[in-house]
Amino acid sequence: MKVSLTRRYHFAASHRLHSAHFSEAENQRLYGKCNNRYGHGHNYILEVTVTGPVDSATGMIANLGELDPFVEREVIEPFDQKYLNEEVAEFQTNVPTTENVVREIHRRLEKFPAARLERVRIEETSKNSFEYSGEERQ
Amino acid sequence: MIRITRKLEFSAAHFYHNPDMSPEENRRVFGKCNNPHGHGHNYVLEVTIKGEPDPETGMVLDLKELKEILQREVADRMDHRHLNYEVPELAGKIPTCENIAAVIWNLLEPEIKQGRLDRVRLYESDDLFADVTADSADGSGGRA
Repeated sequence: MKVSLTRRYHFAASHRLHSAHFSEAENQRLYGKCNNRYGHGHNYILEVTVTGPVDSATGMIANLGELDPFVEREVIEPFDQKYLNEEVAEFQTNVPTTENVVREIHRRLEKFPAARLERVRIEETSKNSFEYSGEERQ
Repeated sequence: MIRITRKLEFSAAHFYHNPDMSPEENRRVFGKCNNPHGHGHNYVLEVTIKGEPDPETGMVLDLKELKEILQREVADRMDHRHLNYEVPELAGKIPTCENIAAVIWNLLEPEIKQGRLDRVRLYESDDLFADVTADSADGSGGRA
């Protein structure tokens, strides 16, 4: 039996999809509305899944008293109500597509000391979601 | 292989307290959940069964039968109960989402005769849920 625990968090942020690898016209063609020079935003939903043994003393894989402040410090505080392209260092060079956002959040949360990070999933809108579980071992 | 999922909602009370810890330690580890008067949740259970559809009935298993199993094994035991006092399978365990989901897995697994139990997902709230699967690939193994 394998048990995992998933916690959902919420943050709102703006971004603009624009790649330095392409011309203005190519960016416009590739990203469409998402290339709007003034940016746009989403209410992101972040799902964090951790796994590991259930501690018999607490009945928990991870204490939310530790997980919540860790996610708050590593992700919510730096991402919430921010313009990702300018205010999160990673996205000054990488396009803040949700593929890149989910990987950056995984990188930040992977060092959670109390349990193993199994998966990060983001709903950019109710219609689009993205998941990352680290590089898959073949 | 087809996976089918059936939902069940139940409401129950619980609190977290480990008698091996001091009152201060209980409050530090469990926070508000340590309130000895308890508190409650509307739990949402999602049970996923996997298997091949029977060629004659077109079903992996009869959902009516699954509904009866969930009623008998889960709702009758846990709905409108206090999980700390009224569910023998949870005796001696802290009734966290992880432990309740593991108990439900153990109750359901032997009852599923057509198809196989694939996943038990238990929501304590919209923003918190535990998953139990058969997979022990992470090495933690064993029964929680």
